Amino acid sequence: MENRRRTILAALGVLLLKPFAALAAWNEQAFGAKTPADALKGIGAAGAAPSKDIVIEAPQIAENGAVVPIEISSNIPGTTALAVVIEKNPFPLAGRFEFKEGALPFVKVNVKMGETSDVRVVAFAGGKQFSASREIKVTIGGCGG
Amino acid sequence: MAAGPMKMRATLAGGNTDVRVLMTHPMTTAQSGQALHFIQNVVVKQNGRTVIEAEISQAVSRNPVFTFRLKGGAKGDTIEVSWLDNKGESNKIETAVA
Repeated sequence: MENRRRTILAALGVLLLKPFAALAAWNEQAFGAKTPADALKGIGAAGAAPSKDIVIEAPQIAENGAVVPIEISSNIPGTTALAVVIEKNPFPLAGRFEFKEGALPFVKVNVKMGETSDVRVVAFAGGKQFSASREIKVTIGGCGG
Repeated sequence: MAAGPMKMRATLAGGNTDVRVLMTHPMTTAQSGQALHFIQNVVVKQNGRTVIEAEISQAVSRNPVFTFRLKGGAKGDTIEVSWLDNKGESNKIETAVA
C-alpha cells in the first residue's frame, strides 16, 4: 500500500514538473562537456569562423578568479546569440544568451575562472557561427566558490 | 546560503535601455565540496515580451550581476527578469524604466 502510494506520488511529481522542464531548456550535453571542443560541438559551433567583430572587454589580469568581469558584444549583423567558453574551466561552457527582436547582442556578467585561460566568445548570426578569444590571466583561481 | 531577493535598475542610456540586475544566489560548484546549486535559466521580458533567454552554468559568480541592453525603449516600459535554478527554485523582479 505504502509502495503504491509512493509510486502515485512520484508519478504526480513527474506530471507537475514536466511542463516546467519543457519551458526552461538547459543544454545538459553542452554544459556537461569537459573540453572546449565538446562544449563548442554541444552548442553547434564546432566550425565557428574567426571574427574581429566580436568584442570582449575584460581585465588582462584578474586577481580574483571568483569574480572576473567580462563584457561581450557582437557587431556582426543579425547576431541572435552569444556563448562564452572558458577553455580551461572544468566545465568550459559558462553561458549562452539568446537575443530576440528588441535586444542588442550584449551582456556583462561576472564569471569564475579556475586558472589563466583563453575565454572564447561565439556569435551566432544568419545560421553561421563566429568566434573570438582573449586570454585572461588569473592570480588566484576561483572555482571553490 | 540560500537563494534570496533580487535588485534591478533599468535606465535609458544612449537611446537604448540598460538593464542591470542582481540575483542573490550561492552559485555553488562541485569543486567547492558543497552541493551543486546554481541558476540555469534567466529570462528578460520587455512589456511582457521575451527579449533575452539565457542558459548559464555554475561558472557565473556568486550573487550574479548581469547587464543587458535593449534597443530603444521608453520611460515607463516594464522590465521583468526571472531565474530558475537546478533545484527548481526561482525568483523574479519587475521594474519600470526610469
